[in-house]
Amino acid sequence: MTDARRTRITIEGIVQGVGFRPFVFRLAEHHGIAGWVQNTTAGVVVEAEGDARRLASFVADLTGKAPPLAVIVSLATEEIPPQGGTAFAIRYSEGSAGPVRVAPDGDVCPDCLHELFDPADRRHRYPFITCTNCGPRYSLITAVPYDRPNTTMAPFPLCDACRTEYEDPRNRRFHAQPVACPECGPRLRLVDADDRDLPGDPVEEAAGLLSQGKIVAVKGIGGYHLAVDALNDGAVRELRRRKARDEKPFALMAPDLAAVRTFALPDAVEERLLAAPEHPIVLLRKRPDNPVSPLAAPANGYFGTMLPYAPLHHLLLRDRFTALVMTSGNLSDEPIAYRDAEARERLAYIADAFLVHDREIHTRTDDSVIRVFRGNPLFLRRSRGYVPREVRMPVEIPAVLAVGAELKGTICLARGDRAVMSQHIGDLKNAATLDSLAETTAHLQGLLGLTPELVAHDLHPDYLSTAFAEGIPVLPRVAVQHHHAHLASCMAENGLDGEVIGVIFDGTGYGRDGTVWGGEFLVGGYGGFRRAGHLRQVPLLGGDAAVREPFRMALSYLYDAFGADFFGLSLPWLREIGEAERPLFLQMLERRINSPPTSSCGRLFDAVAALTGVRGRVSYEGQAAMELEALAEGSATASIYPYAIVRNDVSAEVDFRLMVRALAEDAAAGRPGGEMARAFHNTLAAAVTDLCAQIRAVDGLDRVVLSGGVFQNKLLTEGVFQSLADQGFHVYTHRLVPPNDGGLALGQAIIAGYGARKGE
Amino acid sequence: MNKDLILLGHGSGGKLSHQLLDDLIIPTLSGIPLAGQNDAAVVEHGGQRLAFTTDSYVVDPIFFPGGNIGSLAVNGTVNDLAMMGARPLFISAGLIVEEGFSRTELAGILASMRGAADAAGVRIVTGDTKVVPRGKADRIFINTSGIGAVEHDFAINGANARAGDVVIINGTIGDHGIAVMAEREGLDLRTAIRSDCAALNDLVAEIIAAGGDAVHVLRDPTRGGVATTLKEIALQSDKTITLREETLPLNGAVKGVCSILGLDPLYVANEGKLLAVVAPEAAERVLTRIKGHRLGRDAAIIGHVAEGGGRVQMETAVGGMRAVEMLAGEQLPRIC
Ligand SMILES: [Fe+3]
Ligand SMILES: [Mg+2]
Ligand SMILES: [Zn+2]
Ligand SMILES: [Zn+2]
Repeated sequence: MTDARRTRITIEGIVQGVGFRPFVFRLAEHHGIAGWVQNTTAGVVVEAEGDARRLASFVADLTGKAPPLAVIVSLATEEIPPQGGTAFAIRYSEGSAGPVRVAPDGDVCPDCLHELFDPADRRHRYPFITCTNCGPRYSLITAVPYDRPNTTMAPFPLCDACRTEYEDPRNRRFHAQPVACPECGPRLRLVDADDRDLPGDPVEEAAGLLSQGKIVAVKGIGGYHLAVDALNDGAVRELRRRKARDEKPFALMAPDLAAVRTFALPDAVEERLLAAPEHPIVLLRKRPDNPVSPLAAPANGYFGTMLPYAPLHHLLLRDRFTALVMTSGNLSDEPIAYRDAEARERLAYIADAFLVHDREIHTRTDDSVIRVFRGNPLFLRRSRGYVPREVRMPVEIPAVLAVGAELKGTICLARGDRAVMSQHIGDLKNAATLDSLAETTAHLQGLLGLTPELVAHDLHPDYLSTAFAEGIPVLPRVAVQHHHAHLASCMAENGLDGEVIGVIFDGTGYGRDGTVWGGEFLVGGYGGFRRAGHLRQVPLLGGDAAVREPFRMALSYLYDAFGADFFGLSLPWLREIGEAERPLFLQMLERRINSPPTSSCGRLFDAVAALTGVRGRVSYEGQAAMELEALAEGSATASIYPYAIVRNDVSAEVDFRLMVRALAEDAAAGRPGGEMARAFHNTLAAAVTDLCAQIRAVDGLDRVVLSGGVFQNKLLTEGVFQSLADQGFHVYTHRLVPPNDGGLALGQAIIAGYGARKGE
Repeated sequence: MNKDLILLGHGSGGKLSHQLLDDLIIPTLSGIPLAGQNDAAVVEHGGQRLAFTTDSYVVDPIFFPGGNIGSLAVNGTVNDLAMMGARPLFISAGLIVEEGFSRTELAGILASMRGAADAAGVRIVTGDTKVVPRGKADRIFINTSGIGAVEHDFAINGANARAGDVVIINGTIGDHGIAVMAEREGLDLRTAIRSDCAALNDLVAEIIAAGGDAVHVLRDPTRGGVATTLKEIALQSDKTITLREETLPLNGAVKGVCSILGLDPLYVANEGKLLAVVAPEAAERVLTRIKGHRLGRDAAIIGHVAEGGGRVQMETAVGGMRAVEMLAGEQLPRIC
C-alpha cells in the first residue's frame, strides 16, 4: 500500500487483565490493520498500520468498543514511519511490570450467562464460568503482574480444552486468568459446619433448604453472604435472632429487574445502576403492597437491592425466588467472613448449611451500597465493583498513604493526580478489622507499586487509624482535621482547586480546638481552612453514649433552649426517663460531666428524631436520622421553623434554640411527626443557605461542597442543593466516593500531599 | 495548639503521659535508676534487693466515700511496692498545704495516714511540710515515697507475661474513680459508691505464697484503669491479652452510673485492685487463695495471654472482638 500510515497509540487506564490486547487484535483483524499490541510500563502500546480511513475507524473503535471491564483514562497517538507488513501480533510483556491498574470485580457477561444456562455448553451450570469480559479480579489477585500464578486460581492447572481457549487470541477467553471448567476448575460443595458434604447437587440442595426457610451461608466473590428466602417471615426472623441483628435492614438479591419491580419502585437510573457491571446494592423505594417479609427492612422506606453478580447467584435464584435476603456473613458489627475455616467457625450457629467452593478469596470486599441522587450514585459504601478504580485529582501530589477514620475504615493511596481508595475495611474497633487495615495497606501498596513518602491520618488522638499511622516507622506523618478532610474529599472528586465553602455535616469529628465538631461551615481548600461558622454547641451528653441513645441529645437541646425546667414539658418520651436518672442527667448537663460541647449535625438529627417521637434509642448507626428522613418524605409542608445566625468577629453560629422550642411545643400539641420532620429538613436547608450567603458576601466565594455522613440523607441534600442553587451558588456533592467517613481518606491524602509538594 | 504547653492529659496516665515520660522525663533523668514502666524500681544494695517508689497525690475531693487523700497516699505507695512483689517497710510523707486549710481536716487526713500505715504494717519514718500561699495549691497535696524488701528470687514485672498465662483481678472495677467523681460533682446517687482504696501487700504475700514463681506480673490498675494497665503489660511483654467482657467483675451501682455517664469502666481508676498474670497451672490455686482474702471475694479470671503484638482485645458479650487501646487523655467521643 502506497498510502499506508503508521500510528503509535499509547493507552492508559484499566487496560490489563480485562481482555484489552485480544480486543485490539480482533479489532485490527476486523479493520485490516497491521502491527502489534503490547503491555508496557506506560500502559498498552499499539502500533497500527493501514490506510488513513481504516486507521481512523480502528482508533475510534479502540475507545468506542472497549471491553466492559476496561476503563480508558487517556489515549495518545503519534505518527511514525510505515514499516509494511500485513500481520497483527500480540507481543508479550517486556521486562518488569510497571504501575499496572488492577480491575475491580466484575459480574457475569451476557455471553457467559448464555453458556451457563445452555445445556449444550461444556460449562452448563458451572458456577465459575468467566471470560476476559467478566468475573472476579481484585478479590482474587494476590500480586502483580496479573497472571494466573498471582491469583487464587493458581492451584487449578488448565485442562486442554481450557488451554486452547486461553491461547487463542480470537477466543474471548484468551488470557482470561480465572478461566476454568468443570474438568479443571474450582468445585462447589454444600457442607455443614464441620465441613462434611451434604448429599445431592449443591445448588439444588441449597435452593431446597432456602425454600424450606433454612439459612444458607453462600461463599460469593468478596466474602460470605447469609441467605434466606426474603418472602418467608419465619426465616427472616430466625436470621435476625441468630445474627443478633434486631433492626438494621437486610440487603435483598432478586434474579432480575422484573422480580425487583414486584417489591420495589426503581426508576430508570436506578435500574441502569442495578444492572451495571459493578452490581451495587441500590436503595430502592419499597412498593407499598410488596410480598417481602416486613422484617427484612423494618421501619424503613427502602429495600437495599442487588442483582446476581456471580454465576452461582444466577443458578441459585433463577426461576426459584423473587428475592433472597443476602446479608453479610458475620455477627453484628463484625467484618464479613471470607476465609472458609473462619466462616464455618463464626457462622456455625447462624447457618444451617454452607454453599462453598475451593477458590480462595484473597481480598475481602463487601457489597457496595448506593442511593441515586440527581442521576448519579451517592455512595453509602464504596467497595466491590468499584475498588481499586482510580479517582483523578485536580492537583499532583507525592506518594501518600492516608489511613482514614475509624468507624468506616478505608485507606487511600495516591500519587501524582491519581488516588486509589481501598475497599470498605470497616469498624477498626474490631480486632480483625484492625488487622485487615494493615493487610490492605500492604496489599494495595504492592498492587499499585506505590511506596508512600508520607502518612496522613485524622487529628483524633484516639482513632485506631491514628495509632496505626503512628506505628509506621520513619515516614513523616500529617494529622488532618476531620472536616477539612471531608471538604477536600468532595473538592478532589469534583476536580476543584482554590477555595470553596464547605458545608460539612456529620456525626462527630475531633476539632482543631479539641471540642467535638460536626456541623461545620468551612472556608478553604487543600492548603488550609478557616471555620467560618458552625452549629451552636450543646453538650454531647455522655460522649458516645449519646450516639446510641438519641434521647440524650434531645435532653441537651431542650436544656439549651429551656434551661433546667425542661422536664416539666409534656412530652411522652420524657416521662419514660426514670426518676433516678433525671437528676443525674441534669447534673451532667449543668456540670458538663463527660459531656463535651459539640456542634454535631448528626446529633441534631438524633435530637429532633427523639423530640418528634421517632425513637430515643438506636440499634445501628444512623437509624434515627434515616427514620426521620423517611418520616419527612411523607409530608410536603414548606413550613420553616425559626432560627438565628449569630455572628462574631471570627465566626458565625447557627442557633436552633427557637426551632427546638417550637418543635417541643408542636410535639406537645400533637402536630404530625411527618410535618415536624419535614419542617426541620426545610429549616436546616434554609439556615445553610443563609449562612452561605453571608459567607459569600464577605469572601466572594460561590462554590459550595456538601460533605459528611449527614449528606447520605437525600431529602436534606436535595433541599440544600436546590436552595443554594436558587441563590446562584455552584453546588458540588459526592458521586465517586461516599460523603461519610468511607470517603475521608481521599481528602486526607490530597491535603497531606498538597502540603508536601516539592518547593513549598 | 502550643506544643510547649503541658496539658492536663499529660497527667492522665494515658498515651500523653507515656509520651511525656518517653520523650522528656526518662531521657533527661536517665542515670537515676528509674522504674520505667513498672510501679517501683528494684535496686540492689549490700546484697539486699530493695523496691523503691514515689507518688504524689492531688485528688479532688480530698475526702470521699471509702477514704481520703491521706489513706490514698499511703495505700497507693504500699501498693506500688507490693506490685514488685516487695514487702513494704518504710514510707515518707511530704505535705504541701495551702494557706487557710482547716486544721481539723488536716488532723483527719494525718490520722488516716497513720491508720493506713498501721493496717499495712509499714512505718512512716520521715517527712516534710510546706505551706504555700492561698491559690498556689489546692488545699493539700501529699507525696509519699516507700521502700520495701524483695524477698523472692524470681522476676515479677510488667515484661514477664507469657503465652498461656491467665489474668486475674481481685474484685470489681471502677469503684474508686466513680466514687471520687460522684463526690466531686455532687452526683445524686441512689446507692452510695465507695472507693476500693486499700493496701494490697497482704494479699500479694498470699498470692506469692500460693503461686511462687508462677506469678509473672502484678500491677495495680490505677489511673487509666484496667484497659491502660493491661495495654502497658501487653506492650512491655510483647504479648496479646484477650479479655472476656462477661467475666469483668462490676458493681451494679458502678455499672449503672457508668452507663448513664457514658463512661467505660475499663478506663476508670481503681485503688485497691491488682491484676495478677499467672501461669495457667497455678491459676486455680492463686484464684482460690485470692477469693479467700477479704480484698478478693469478687476475684475472677478475666483474660488470658497469647503470643505477639503488644495488643489488648476484648471478646464482647455478643461474641465480637474489640480492640482495647490506651487513650490519649480523657475518654473522647469517636463515632462519626
Ligand atoms: Fe465524618
Ligand atoms: Mg502509683
Ligand atoms: Zn464472560
Ligand atoms: Zn478446563
